[in-house]
Amino acid sequence: MSRETLVNLTMLAGLVLVPLWALWADEPFTITLATRAVILALAAAGLNIALGIGGLVSLGHAVFFGIGGYAMGVLAYHAQTYTPLMEAPVLIEGTKSMPVIWLVALVASALAAFVIGLLSLRTSGVYFIMITLAFGQMLFFFTISWARYGGEDGISIYLRNGFPGLNTLVPIQFYALCLTLLVLTLALTAALMRSPFGLALNAARQVPERVRAVGLDPFRLRLAAFTLSGAITGLAGALFADLNRFVSPSMFSWQLSGEFIVFIIIGGTARLFGPVVGAVLFVALEHWLGGISAYWHIWFGLLLLGIVLFGKGGVIGMIAGRARTHD
Amino acid sequence: MTFKRLALATAAAAALATSALAEVKVGMITTLSGGGASLGLDVRDGFLLALEQSGRDDIEVVIEDDQRKPDVAVQLADKMVQSEKVDVLTGIIWSNLAMAVVPSVTAQGKFYLSPNAGPSQLAGRGCHQNYFNVAWQNDAFYEAAGSWASENGIGSVILMAPNYPAGVDGITGFKRFFEGTVEDEIYTRLGQTDYAAEIAQIRASEAEMLFYFLPGGMGISFMKQYSGSGAETPVMGPAFSFDQGILGAIGEAALGVRNTAHWSKDLDVPGNADFVAAFEEAYGRLPSLYAAQGYDTGLLLVSAVETADVSDPDAFRAALKAADFQSVRGDFAFADNHHPIQDIYMREVVKEGDVVTNRIIGTAATEHTDAYGPDCNM
Amino acid sequence: MTLILLVEQVLNGLQFGIMLFLLAAGLTLIFGVMGLINLAHGSLYMIGAFCAAAAAAATGSFLLGLVAALAGAAAAGALIELLVIRRLYARDHLDQVLATFALILIFSEGTRWVFGSFPLYLDVPEALAGPVTLPGGIQYPLYRLTLIGAGLSVAAGLFWLIARTRIGVQIRAGENDREMIAALGVDIDRLYTFVFALGAALAGLAGALVGAIQSVQVGMGEPVLILAFVTIVIGGIGSIKGALVGAVLVGLTDTLGALFLPALFELVMAPAAATQTGAALASMAIYILMAGVLIWRPTGLYGARA
Repeated sequence: MSRETLVNLTMLAGLVLVPLWALWADEPFTITLATRAVILALAAAGLNIALGIGGLVSLGHAVFFGIGGYAMGVLAYHAQTYTPLMEAPVLIEGTKSMPVIWLVALVASALAAFVIGLLSLRTSGVYFIMITLAFGQMLFFFTISWARYGGEDGISIYLRNGFPGLNTLVPIQFYALCLTLLVLTLALTAALMRSPFGLALNAARQVPERVRAVGLDPFRLRLAAFTLSGAITGLAGALFADLNRFVSPSMFSWQLSGEFIVFIIIGGTARLFGPVVGAVLFVALEHWLGGISAYWHIWFGLLLLGIVLFGKGGVIGMIAGRARTHD
Repeated sequence: MTFKRLALATAAAAALATSALAEVKVGMITTLSGGGASLGLDVRDGFLLALEQSGRDDIEVVIEDDQRKPDVAVQLADKMVQSEKVDVLTGIIWSNLAMAVVPSVTAQGKFYLSPNAGPSQLAGRGCHQNYFNVAWQNDAFYEAAGSWASENGIGSVILMAPNYPAGVDGITGFKRFFEGTVEDEIYTRLGQTDYAAEIAQIRASEAEMLFYFLPGGMGISFMKQYSGSGAETPVMGPAFSFDQGILGAIGEAALGVRNTAHWSKDLDVPGNADFVAAFEEAYGRLPSLYAAQGYDTGLLLVSAVETADVSDPDAFRAALKAADFQSVRGDFAFADNHHPIQDIYMREVVKEGDVVTNRIIGTAATEHTDAYGPDCNM
Repeated sequence: MTLILLVEQVLNGLQFGIMLFLLAAGLTLIFGVMGLINLAHGSLYMIGAFCAAAAAAATGSFLLGLVAALAGAAAAGALIELLVIRRLYARDHLDQVLATFALILIFSEGTRWVFGSFPLYLDVPEALAGPVTLPGGIQYPLYRLTLIGAGLSVAAGLFWLIARTRIGVQIRAGENDREMIAALGVDIDRLYTFVFALGAALAGLAGALVGAIQSVQVGMGEPVLILAFVTIVIGGIGSIKGALVGAVLVGLTDTLGALFLPALFELVMAPAAATQTGAALASMAIYILMAGVLIWRPTGLYGARA
């Protein structure tokens, strides 16, 4: 077993055991914090497919997070107020069912990622970073002025949506649901990394000419990766909205897109568990530093700076050394 | 200097926190970092001052910074309810954060005292027996301004606000009681810093008065640019755009501006002068409207703790509803939807010595209540 | 809508664009020469404004405030170049984005720690206050006119510096071939520190000039930073000429969009709905412009390389 696998297993064990301990010790807020970390990890895991494997630095992934969030917000809002979403040509009603909401979030954010990818992937490097940022800002300003769904105030949902067979209002049950989705996503990512598609995508990042030479189109590979990546981040957005029982345009903010990147780099770029380690550390630090100093952003900034400058390879890189897949 | 102030406040909080007798636990979620921090600091300092003056050692306060982010506020509310097990929450500055937090905490049986922000939903259909607004319903200052303008013979106005719910509500509130003509409505971008285009539009208009609502830095930028543009239309607005913290940054450019408020530091009601002096002594700056609201929130809490036990929610609720405290705003009572009944004054920006500040010139609305009460079924 | 209003708005768009250019010029120069994405450029803008406000409050002179802004921002720029930025040149964009993102956090909260949470006072100097009458009877604020003039002079100076001076030759050479100019004996470290401090000083100057008519507060740099990025991406990263064209385009789109779009929608919608829809679209206009330019020309208007 490599050291990286060991780190991954420890992390996974922690994600199972800490909330169980919190349940036993009656510390429900620890479970809420863990849920937040797991959902943010899921969002960053989505980005990791585009960024880690595909090398696509998107500074606009909050778009998909926000779309997922609004999918939940809009559907649950109509269910809550008993007003139909649309009457003509077909009647569409709101819903409080998580599986349906997830499906809508996945499809909507995949569609958005496909369209944005189609337009943005014509550029590369810094231009790609900036055009994704521009799409993020567009949707941010759009939702702020979208009076029908609360504009800047957003939408409050009074009760968490339901999942068949579970009581999602119990923190630990909702946590288990989120963790399951994260583990499934990580398994998918691992399979993807080893699959022909993943290998070709990785190659398209490093030597696009060679990929072209064997008859594959790097643009299509990237578009597929970007779409999948956006869909997963969208699913995380729907969960995040359910955690807070609230959505607002702040889910589209560029700072949030920046934070997703921060998670990946803190953890270790292109590592399977990079986003998980990063998100858990971020949430823990935010909670801990916020409690000791009013100016905690300074300390957090210094810490980040230290990791970038001196900790090449993120936390996993520091513990486990160079990635095995490095070539 | 800021650090010293903060240390003082934290010490006060710690002193309250270490009390072994703690019977009421209060969770304060407010904005203490980033661009909107000055409002949160004022609310917090005013609130703590009231508790300190009460001399009670059975009120414990836990303070957290929401960074003006709705999701952080929700998370902190969960923390306050789940692990701190507070009885009462307070502190939120912004309507959108209040909408994210208040419905869920009141549904969980906690009391929420709003020291700022009163979104219309929470005053009307979404009202709750455990939600008490100690500040104002969002429309209050605008409605008062609208009726003042009508009564003072202003026939036409141009209205301006950012394009977001609080801005749209503000303009709607003004129009509700204004009888003249509205020449134009301008919606600006949230966070906009340059208003040259809007100023040109205002100058081209024939309106007798400009009424605008631009909170925080937006208002500072606008007023500085407006006074340098040669535009002569007189200006009016709600107090949020001309509060003490903001006037310091606008300076003389704001002189002569009219604004509606429920409080002013020169308001002649019992206790107000003492509050202003005590606040200045404790924190080294003039209190703002937000500080006064924080202070009143503290007074309300203390008055309820003195007569009822928080473990008996019905009694505690009745004690809050009675509002048996001497507000620094003068007469204060709660309407049936737990929103204030209070007078709203018209203030003018003047210079006192070197300080640009507000002075009361009249009353804009007497015993004002909000328009949403009838929708509230408690 | 009168012609006077239109002319006034064009001037406003121009003034906004020129100020944006001061910020964008440094950003694009730093990218062109060192290959660095600097998200903390907006913080240098904020530092300029705060230094100007503090110095103007202490001395009563706006001019000394400007000097303080230039000096303070340049010093801060040089300092972070020596301590942090220098280590990032060889890194990929991802590390640069993250490190300078961390710098934003440090600068913003640090400024709040030093100056407090309340906005500072900085006003237009007496001599430049009030409006002037332009030909055609247009009343226009003198200060804004001065901003256009000052910005254009700085732009001219910058073009002269790059085209005609020895240091300009080195900068242009640095953009093309880093190893070569090092081999020719140019002290590359000193050149980089100079370019970074120059970019910082321009940002600080913009902060101070704009601070006089806006709010000097923590976080003022972030919205404008995004606009500066939009500007250099439209113009083509690394190109000063592109930054100028991009800045004016962004300035005009933003100002004229806010004027025309609501009016345009009023033709087909009720006035209240039209102003709101128009305002919503106007706030998205520059991003739509940028996405459009990039889809049409993936490396911006004057960009050579990705």
